[in-house]
Amino acid sequence: MNNNNSNKLLVSSSPHIQNYESTKSIMWTVIIFLIPAALFGVLSFGFNALNIIVASIVTSVITEIIAQKLRNQRITINDGSAVLTGLLLAMTLAPSVPLYIPIISAIFAIGIVKHAFGGLGQNWANPAIAGRIFAFVAWGKEMTTWSTPFTLDGTTAATPLLAVKSALMEGISSNFSGPLSLLQSLPKEILKIDIDYTKLFFGYKGGSIGEVSIFLLLIGALYLLYRGIITIDIPFSFIGTVVIIAWIFDGTLYGKGFFTGDFVFHLLTGGIVLGAFFMATDMVTTPITKKGRIIFGIGCGFLTMIIRMKGGYPEGVSLAILFMNMLTPAIDRFVKIKPFGFEKSKEVK
Amino acid sequence: MDNVIIQENKSNSLFKKNILYFTNGLLKENPALILLLGMCPTLAVTTKVANGIGMGLATTFVLLFSNLLISLLRNFIPTKVRIPSYIVIIASFVTTIDLLMQAYLPLLTNSLGVFLPLIVVNCIILGRAEAFAGKNTAGKSILDALGMGLGFTFALILISLLREFPGTLKIDFSDFGLGILTFLKNADNPTLSIFRFNIYSGAKIFTMPAGAFFILGLILAFKQNIENKKKYGDK
Repeated sequence: MNNNNSNKLLVSSSPHIQNYESTKSIMWTVIIFLIPAALFGVLSFGFNALNIIVASIVTSVITEIIAQKLRNQRITINDGSAVLTGLLLAMTLAPSVPLYIPIISAIFAIGIVKHAFGGLGQNWANPAIAGRIFAFVAWGKEMTTWSTPFTLDGTTAATPLLAVKSALMEGISSNFSGPLSLLQSLPKEILKIDIDYTKLFFGYKGGSIGEVSIFLLLIGALYLLYRGIITIDIPFSFIGTVVIIAWIFDGTLYGKGFFTGDFVFHLLTGGIVLGAFFMATDMVTTPITKKGRIIFGIGCGFLTMIIRMKGGYPEGVSLAILFMNMLTPAIDRFVKIKPFGFEKSKEVK
Repeated sequence: MDNVIIQENKSNSLFKKNILYFTNGLLKENPALILLLGMCPTLAVTTKVANGIGMGLATTFVLLFSNLLISLLRNFIPTKVRIPSYIVIIASFVTTIDLLMQAYLPLLTNSLGVFLPLIVVNCIILGRAEAFAGKNTAGKSILDALGMGLGFTFALILISLLREFPGTLKIDFSDFGLGILTFLKNADNPTLSIFRFNIYSGAKIFTMPAGAFFILGLILAFKQNIENKKKYGDK
């Protein structure tokens, strides 16, 4: 402000670099760039998906108000964190669930996971992920009933990952080149739609409300990366681990050797893009050091692929992220920041 | 502890003095909700109200007779071998109740499973033997055992009610040879609907181990909140 030469030599105390981002601007930016993918889900799965999103957001905000009133805190619903939690939670739910599922899961996510442990910045897990797992464990049947995309007639169909999983569980007779050719050989009434990489990429497939359109999610993620709201280390190590493990081992499930897996299929199905860019990058529940975040991402990718390939569930992104959220304090403890100018004290013998 | 109770109670009425030994376990030192003893059965068997009642009463039985016998024998048990002696006494009563329940309530014994013989190592029982029955007269020990046992039963029923009802929308007493308490037409399909519009269906998570921790945590938080308000005022 003051251009006097004498002031240029004055050094104030730290911090010297100011960032004009605030919790509010970050949260609302993320919300804006999630909305296209959520709207795509509404377009694809119909009005019930919109009801779920609205119910989840409204319940999150109301729960936040009540929790902050009870805890005698300033009410901070304007910062958008409750809205973001509600939106993310709704985006991970199956599109045909009854409305009590988003409502109760949102109460659990905000009331128990976030506020019982101290509110924003103190939560031990990403509230949206924890809410999704709660819904998944509590109402397993409803949460695994998937709508057929772009039909709006209330019929159900399997997601690509679910169809692959159940086909592999039953045992496959002939050899397939990979999951895609396996899906194309299945009878029409399982998936109800044709599938190829382009359709998977643009979102013509069954799945959770917000995870289907990889394209729109990637556009949002690229902007957030450009703004510096999310950093590339967790998504990169997460997706990189998935690619490596899928490439090396996934082919063995189809009777082929190592290094033949179809990793593109694994990236284009399920919630890896939504999870890696929007959920695993949550600032509160990830390690603070770069090295720690890379370990976090590798863990997420590893657990996701273990669950997809060996586990009983077709999809494991949310379980993997929840598990790594809980390991975050341990990672932070063992991967410490070395303050600039400090050397490790040598042990005195 | 004995002294504390006597000092607190200035009135000389014999009844009032002794009733404190009973209410101590019910509220002030409730074993499951305040002392946090016996967490293993508290978390594991409370999936059904019937289990909670059965476990609580079986524990009360063992607690009552072991407290009585230990307080009668307290002057004859050498201090150095008191823990093995207590365990032998407790184990005999656990075997008794185990055999009795196998004979008369076989379904309940099946649901409780291994947790019934494991009452032997329930720390409430050994804890009361060590902390109370080994130092006090038989009458006081009986009151203490009844208070502690019923307090434990109350806690188990509370937790299992909050787990079974949201989880299955019914309360199943078939282990006692009684019916199933529910307001649904079809008890096997726990879905609550109004005008064909589903408004709730049983959340399975409450009958799973995770639900036990949630419910216990919420009860403890609620209790602590009340206590804090009492102690520090409404602030």
